[in-house]
Amino acid sequence: MEKLEYNLCAHPFFAGLDNSFATLAVSCAQDAHFGAGEFIFHEGEAADHFYLVREGRVALQIAAPGRGPATFLTVGPGEVFGVNWLASPYRWSYDARAIAPTLAVALNAACLRQKCESDPALGYALTKRVLPVLIERLHACRVQLLDLYGARS
Amino acid sequence: MSLKPTAIDARSGAPADVPKLCYVRKRRHDAPDAWTLEIEFAESVPFSYTPGQFNMLTAFGVGESAISISGPPGQGRLIHTIRDVGPVSHALTRLAPNDPVGVRGPFGVGWPMATAEGQDVVIVAGGLGLAPLRPAIYHILSRREHFGDVWLLYGARRPEDILYRSEIEEWRKKGHIDVNITVDHAGMDWPGHVGVVTGLLSHVNMDVSRTIAMLCGPEVMMRFVAASLTEKGLGVGRIFLSMERNMKCAIGHCGHCQLGPAFICRDGPVFTFERMGPLMSVKEL
Repeated sequence: MEKLEYNLCAHPFFAGLDNSFATLAVSCAQDAHFGAGEFIFHEGEAADHFYLVREGRVALQIAAPGRGPATFLTVGPGEVFGVNWLASPYRWSYDARAIAPTLAVALNAACLRQKCESDPALGYALTKRVLPVLIERLHACRVQLLDLYGARS
Repeated sequence: MSLKPTAIDARSGAPADVPKLCYVRKRRHDAPDAWTLEIEFAESVPFSYTPGQFNMLTAFGVGESAISISGPPGQGRLIHTIRDVGPVSHALTRLAPNDPVGVRGPFGVGWPMATAEGQDVVIVAGGLGLAPLRPAIYHILSRREHFGDVWLLYGARRPEDILYRSEIEEWRKKGHIDVNITVDHAGMDWPGHVGVVTGLLSHVNMDVSRTIAMLCGPEVMMRFVAASLTEKGLGVGRIFLSMERNMKCAIGHCGHCQLGPAFICRDGPVFTFERMGPLMSVKEL
């Protein structure tokens, strides 16, 4: 197995995915590495990749005028970021910045969407993997909004 | 007219409803709204406690509040970390060295330290919930070879709200405790995790047949952490959590802290999730 394919298949996001789907996905993949402090993408740009983190840590941030950037989530090994690739208008709604040297598998979004359109079974398999991530993060956001550790808790 | 008899502490035989006079000896600012007091008895009295128990502290002229003991046992002085959230806790956090303070206690059932021996231990703390777990951590450190792998997963609101920062580093380095900290909100200068504490559970490689979990923090947090642990296969009888309710008498008489059939002050504050889980899901309680 090629190293890139191994990296893809070894990632928890792809665990148990049918081999034929993995082969389709790997044709859209490339290894990526980012230095500490390096921006991976910025809010408003085209969501051109979907990232599977292998090593390191990435901060997802939103900048507010007068307050500077605030990190709302960090993503580490075994996790993913950049799910905007799946839904129109395919634009980033936050910044992503490596806060430690980071290794990832980057899946080209246009390529992946084209494969999913051509093979709905692949699209469904990937959607079933993306949805739990979204649900978990939505739930986490709700819990964070409760401000559980605030003075009144 | 007959007077109600004085409540007697079952362990010491002493009146449990009369505070003992103590003095604050040290006061340390641990977080923007939390202070740690070192307290000494005015007269030498026998006093022992187990990790997870609490005292009722009296701010004279203001009132009394249940505060977990947050120092290691056997230190001679009592250590309490207190968050300034109401009139009594505000008065307690304003006390300076040599100010008097009243102490009743210790009360309640603490962490299952004997049960945890020979097991891996997952400690999950949220916010000020690290304070009641601190004595358990020091107990584990003092008998480190009797425990398996130990993880501390700690969630705080912001980096500046993290308690015991220098100690946590010592626990990590010298105590061989795998420490993971996350905060809800952070700026550019925070290099650690951001997100909810349940997200840190992915860092724990847990053998559910030999793991004990100890949770302390906001009840909602504990509910979600316990649910995540059970999803990973950990039995509800292996998950222990420290409950918080409005404790007044601390000896199971007044019922202010009652949760269903349980008196949190007397039967807890540490319970298994097996016992608390069904009660925690009843919204009316």
